[in-house]
Amino acid sequence: METKDIKHDEFVINVGPQHPSTHGVLRLELWLDGEDIIDSKPHLGYIHRGIEKMSEALGYKQFIYLTSRMDYLSAHISNQACSLAIEKGLQIEAPARAQVIRVLMAELTRLASHQLWWGALGLDLGAVSPFFYAFREREMILEIFEETCGSRLTMNYITPGGVVNDLHPDFVKKVKKLIEQLKGNLHEYYQLLTGNVILQARTRGVGKLTAEDAVSLGCTGPVARASGVKCDVRKLHPYDGYDKVEFEEVLNDKGDNFARYWLRIEEMKQSIYIIEQLIDNIPEGSYREKLKGVVKLPAGEYYQRVETARGELGVYIVSDGKKEPYRVRFRTPNFSNLNALRPMLKGAKIGDMVSMMATLDLIIPDIDR
Amino acid sequence: MQLSISLLEITRAIDSWLNSAFHPHVAYGIELVLAGVAVILLVVAMAILMVYAERKLAGFMQMRLGPMRVGKWGSMQAVADVMKLLLKECLVPTNSDKLMFRVAPFVVTIVSFMTLVPIAFAKGIQLWDINIGVFYITAVSSLSVIGILMAGWSSNNKYSLLGAMRSGAQIVSYELSGGLALIVVVMMSGTLSISGIVQAQADGWWVIKGHIPVIIAFVTFIITSTAELNRAPFDLAEAESELTAGYHTEYSGMQFAMFFLSEYTNMFVLSMVAATVFLGGWMPFHLAGLDGLNHFMDYIPGIVWFFGKTFFILFLIVWFRWTFPRLRIDQLLKLEWKYLLPVSIINVLFAAFIALMGWYL
Amino acid sequence: MTKEELKSYLEKTFPGMTQEENIDFPVLWVEKDQIFEVAKKLKEDEATKFDFLFDETAIDWQTHFEMVYHMTSTTYRHDLEIKVKLEDRDDAELPSVEPLWKAAEMYENEIYDLFGIRFSGHPHLRRIFMTNEWKGYPLRKDYQDDDVISL
Repeated sequence: METKDIKHDEFVINVGPQHPSTHGVLRLELWLDGEDIIDSKPHLGYIHRGIEKMSEALGYKQFIYLTSRMDYLSAHISNQACSLAIEKGLQIEAPARAQVIRVLMAELTRLASHQLWWGALGLDLGAVSPFFYAFREREMILEIFEETCGSRLTMNYITPGGVVNDLHPDFVKKVKKLIEQLKGNLHEYYQLLTGNVILQARTRGVGKLTAEDAVSLGCTGPVARASGVKCDVRKLHPYDGYDKVEFEEVLNDKGDNFARYWLRIEEMKQSIYIIEQLIDNIPEGSYREKLKGVVKLPAGEYYQRVETARGELGVYIVSDGKKEPYRVRFRTPNFSNLNALRPMLKGAKIGDMVSMMATLDLIIPDIDR
Repeated sequence: MQLSISLLEITRAIDSWLNSAFHPHVAYGIELVLAGVAVILLVVAMAILMVYAERKLAGFMQMRLGPMRVGKWGSMQAVADVMKLLLKECLVPTNSDKLMFRVAPFVVTIVSFMTLVPIAFAKGIQLWDINIGVFYITAVSSLSVIGILMAGWSSNNKYSLLGAMRSGAQIVSYELSGGLALIVVVMMSGTLSISGIVQAQADGWWVIKGHIPVIIAFVTFIITSTAELNRAPFDLAEAESELTAGYHTEYSGMQFAMFFLSEYTNMFVLSMVAATVFLGGWMPFHLAGLDGLNHFMDYIPGIVWFFGKTFFILFLIVWFRWTFPRLRIDQLLKLEWKYLLPVSIINVLFAAFIALMGWYL
Repeated sequence: MTKEELKSYLEKTFPGMTQEENIDFPVLWVEKDQIFEVAKKLKEDEATKFDFLFDETAIDWQTHFEMVYHMTSTTYRHDLEIKVKLEDRDDAELPSVEPLWKAAEMYENEIYDLFGIRFSGHPHLRRIFMTNEWKGYPLRKDYQDDDVISL
């Protein structure tokens, strides 16, 4: 293993794999000079399950369920990406009702994910209370998921050709109630964290990422958008009828921790707006295109991009005409967003590391796959 | 009023009985032991109460109920936690400095118990009415940093060391403005003795009659005492998301409990000092010239006043903890050296001027 | 640039290179020694400006490897897929594109770790997922793990 010269007063600490602020099993090797970080190096693989390899042994309808375990906070959206890629190969399109349901579920997922992020950010910065306020609405969303999909975290609800089940009869009512409550409660987010002097001092001007760096490092999602890079797949390559709804791609050009923080809060508002447009207009009709029991894609390659709560997820399927995919590759947003950590950490304080990792919103199973 | 007199009489009765039954030196020894036991019991009881209260308060601030399982309304939760900690094994890391590692929790705890000595709980209930009470408390409480540094260094853990160093820097810096805040009141009352300061507030608490300098000093003191306690938003020494648990990362069982206990003891002592110096200690709410009100207030016993004020300040500290995010180390030191210290120094000058002219009420 | 414009541009700029088109992207086949120059040209040319490498991966076709680069331009929003064929499966090596896109550092680490393809010019190639002592490259089709218990 390569070793690095340790100068006289340098100090090497391992953050992780078991550490409260890494939110999982990421291991960061930090070179410190007192409180200042000189350099860092991520070590991955503590939760590597070989999803890409496992997918090669499973059928097209089966491997989708593994993807719920990648970014477990955007499970719906990962399933959606695989389903879209397979639909692309079969040259079918989900029915209109299924598409609307997918978008609704995806946006609810985004809301839930951003709420968890918001609470965990507070926790990382030492404020415990926001966590509970964030979980108040997140719990409602999970209950909605539970009713329709049957589970709360790894939903496995979106499938090639549509969705597995029809919506629960209470779905519309509950979502409307959620939206109403969320709109009333978003100002509490401001009072608890956004407006707090200490939070602003901890995040403003910290963890700068320029637009050029963000592009070069391959960052996507809120991380890149906070640096002013337009990269919302929902706008650039609309899928599942995202071109029919109105929403704004939120951008910020500051590129610091606070920009990323602010951007996610604004994204929550946009998600609410999307849900509001669709909730009263769910078309009637079938919710799933009937597919054969064993799906075979024609030989070729299919690439599908979607926007998860953390950025661009790419699903790359190579088929050789058999009933299993020949190669599946997931381009996960966190894997590239992690790149941004190293340049940011140089010269920062240990306390900054925590706020940077919090605003990058890293999900380690998504990095390792 | 009646209760405080009766408490005084009880202590006197015990004193005279011991002196008549034993040789005076033996009697003195027994009294010291009794006082020590009383202090430990008081501290442990209050720590348990405070842990419960804090968890409940935190629960209500976070829209949940807090502990609910052990006892009615979870009232025995803290007792159960203490029992658990008592029964756990105290692990000592292999490559640690074993003597220092074991001594450090005792140093921290003893120091925090020592600061309780000159506190006046009610009229006449005071272990040692020393004439330099305020000075004694500030001097002794700063010793706890030695125990923290010992713990951090001897653990042979990098997180512990970083935490201890942070704590050292923090406590040493914040002591300055804390001391200057106390000096404001010391100058106005003209004495360092705790009982003297309480007596000086017989016609009104300092925070009311001391004008702006005392209010500034009070706010400064609350901030600095939160920082000295290593509590949020200044809990950098044990910042759990950065340094896992800071200087007590390697401690377990009762050794950990002693750090915990000393943190809570320090919290009481500093709240008690704040209550005594700025809010009149056991002195009821008096306003000069309003005899009716003053007599009415005298019916509430001094010990109730004292603990009421203490818990008010404790509530403030708990409230900070569950509301604010944590500062970064450079921001923490900047707050002290660039804002609090200059303000305190100017405030002392201002207060000296007011004290000299006798402008306070 | 639209797909058609891009295709004619590629034909003009890189004569002799095979072009294909799949359902999503135009595909350009590049020789492994030329990949760095082609990528540099594509990134720095004002007309294309492929500044965003959004995916880089490999496929094991049992007889040979195929490197796949997906890139896009944040200015023009056109996408391109570049493919490189690596004939030598046992000693696969090709130039790294890390100097052009910093994102490639992690992608190439991953490919090195899971396929055993080496990248010359990469600043520090290391096994990021598996341990350093791990035998074999798991994403190869002929990978056998002796410790796996089949159910």
